[in-house]
Amino acid sequence: MHQSEYLGMHKTIQQINERIRDGAARVVTAEEMPAIVAELGEEGALKEVDVVTTGTFGAMCSSGAFFNFGHAEPPIRMERIWLNNVEAYGGLAAVDTYIGATQQSDTREEEYGGAHVIEDLVAGKTVELRASSRGTDCYPRRTLTTELALEHLNQAIMCNPRNAYQRYNAATNTTDRVLHTYMGTLLPGSGNITYSGAGVLNPLSNDPDFRLIGSGVPIFLCGAPGMVIGEGTQHSPGNGFGTMMVTGDMKQMSQDFLRAATMTGYGVTLYVGLGVPLPVLDLDVVRATAVRDEDISVDILDYSIPSRARPAIRKVTYAELRSGMVELNGEEVRTSSLSSFRRARQVAQELKGWVESGKMQLSLPTRPIDAKKLGRPMYQSTTSPKVLDIMDTLVFSIGEDEEITTAAKKLLKGETNHLPVINGQKKLVGIVTTFDVSKAVANPGKAHLVKDIMKKKVVTTTPDEAVDIAVQKLEKYNISALPVVDAQLHVIGILTAMNLGKLFGGRWLK
Amino acid sequence: MKLLVTFSRGKGRKPIIAQVVRDTGVLINVERAVIDSSEGEALIEVPDDQCRLVSDTMISLGAHVRILEHGITYNESECVDCGACTSVCPREVFSFDKGWKLQLDEGKCILCGKCVDACPHRALTLPL
Repeated sequence: MHQSEYLGMHKTIQQINERIRDGAARVVTAEEMPAIVAELGEEGALKEVDVVTTGTFGAMCSSGAFFNFGHAEPPIRMERIWLNNVEAYGGLAAVDTYIGATQQSDTREEEYGGAHVIEDLVAGKTVELRASSRGTDCYPRRTLTTELALEHLNQAIMCNPRNAYQRYNAATNTTDRVLHTYMGTLLPGSGNITYSGAGVLNPLSNDPDFRLIGSGVPIFLCGAPGMVIGEGTQHSPGNGFGTMMVTGDMKQMSQDFLRAATMTGYGVTLYVGLGVPLPVLDLDVVRATAVRDEDISVDILDYSIPSRARPAIRKVTYAELRSGMVELNGEEVRTSSLSSFRRARQVAQELKGWVESGKMQLSLPTRPIDAKKLGRPMYQSTTSPKVLDIMDTLVFSIGEDEEITTAAKKLLKGETNHLPVINGQKKLVGIVTTFDVSKAVANPGKAHLVKDIMKKKVVTTTPDEAVDIAVQKLEKYNISALPVVDAQLHVIGILTAMNLGKLFGGRWLK
Repeated sequence: MKLLVTFSRGKGRKPIIAQVVRDTGVLINVERAVIDSSEGEALIEVPDDQCRLVSDTMISLGAHVRILEHGITYNESECVDCGACTSVCPREVFSFDKGWKLQLDEGKCILCGKCVDACPHRALTLPL
């Protein structure tokens, strides 16, 4: 038996809905709740408050919408579908489609995408539908182009597979160059920290045991009344990263709570406003909704590590993040929120108005969401190619105290354009290219030793590194070779653009 | 007052900024500058009452001068008050008021443009 029930202290959902219908329900936002509990005590708060409204407004990439266009004359079974040149899914029958928020335009790339199509429709704009088909006996039509507004669609149902993360890791960047990520612009040398999430107002942080949030529960979704479908994809409440799948009628949504966005260098995303009203049934609900920014902590991760397992630099609370400054390795670092706390408040306020006015009544889950589940990384039956698999092991290197002319001879003999430079301990200390050598020969000056002309800052790779990561280095630094080094900085190979050809020789790509 | 000074570095490679400082005695604050072998662009800050003197002297030395009255262009209707801009700005132009609404201190802006790409909602643009 529940402790609060034992004490005779609890309300039923029916009692709360009755008070909502009578216009007598006391509704507060999750931001107001901690102070109320501090003032009245837990039992006092349970007596006083009937509903706590939550809200969040941030980038939720895993979002999209189902559309039904109605049948054309002559009819078409659409196989490939574009809305304003953004491709939508063509694997549903005839005139249904699903458009994903992050799908980018074929013509405008990251400046326009599925999220923008959704926002344009909600804003009352028309979008161009283009579709093609093979044509069948029952659906003879092969192509179709038409301008459509939201009112022309039979259904426009937002259905977001993964929304409203319980909390989200903060990000920083320890490298010496700017990174563009889905966590925004990360300045070099841990120059800033970015974070996302409404903290005190976050729906799942106010119901971490999923007692109130589950299938069928009414919600606020982008200004429209919506519903929780169930657990979201990648739902991992076991480590504090629960998510939910939600749905709502796009025809009732508002641009105030739905915005398309572009994370530069990453791509398109959709800012979603989402709130869940929580019935205050018992003392456990009171305790859960008394959560404060100070009580919710996340890791600051180093986003410069190109791996699933990014190292955590330190733990931090939403209160610290929201203060604008966080101490990192003895320095004060400025923080940026990617989600809007102001709009999260507006979601919670709007929802409060809905419940107070009786526009929304509450229900308990028709099917609970697992509160303990842990998300797993991908099971990979094949390994991705490593540098070791394709690197050149025959590598010519040169000592830093050798003459430039020796370097020229070695380049010729090795038929290569890159010479790693090593010191007396055979450790990598630089690199010279045919360009460096030619330049030194063409403009004879003071330099006559390799160490006078070598580049000392060498970008390297290791035998275990995934080829994709090495390729990204070649591209980012605009270079054509990477010395492969072991832990002692001994050169054990070299990876050039030419080696990448092996990938297409049938060895890895079958 | 902020001035955007552009100059070509054709013949002679005159040290324009140094010369203006010497001739006028005005201490110029160079906020940012991009100078290569053929041309240069510098954003400088000078006291309001000496703006005219500096500007005229620059022009007499062959530079092109534009007074910058505005900072970054802010489209309030696109802004959702997230704050992605606050930590990338080197001059702390952006902050929140008590209601978590974004505030701009235009006077601090040196038009570096770092916030332009950082804004997910394309609410910030450099003035033409």
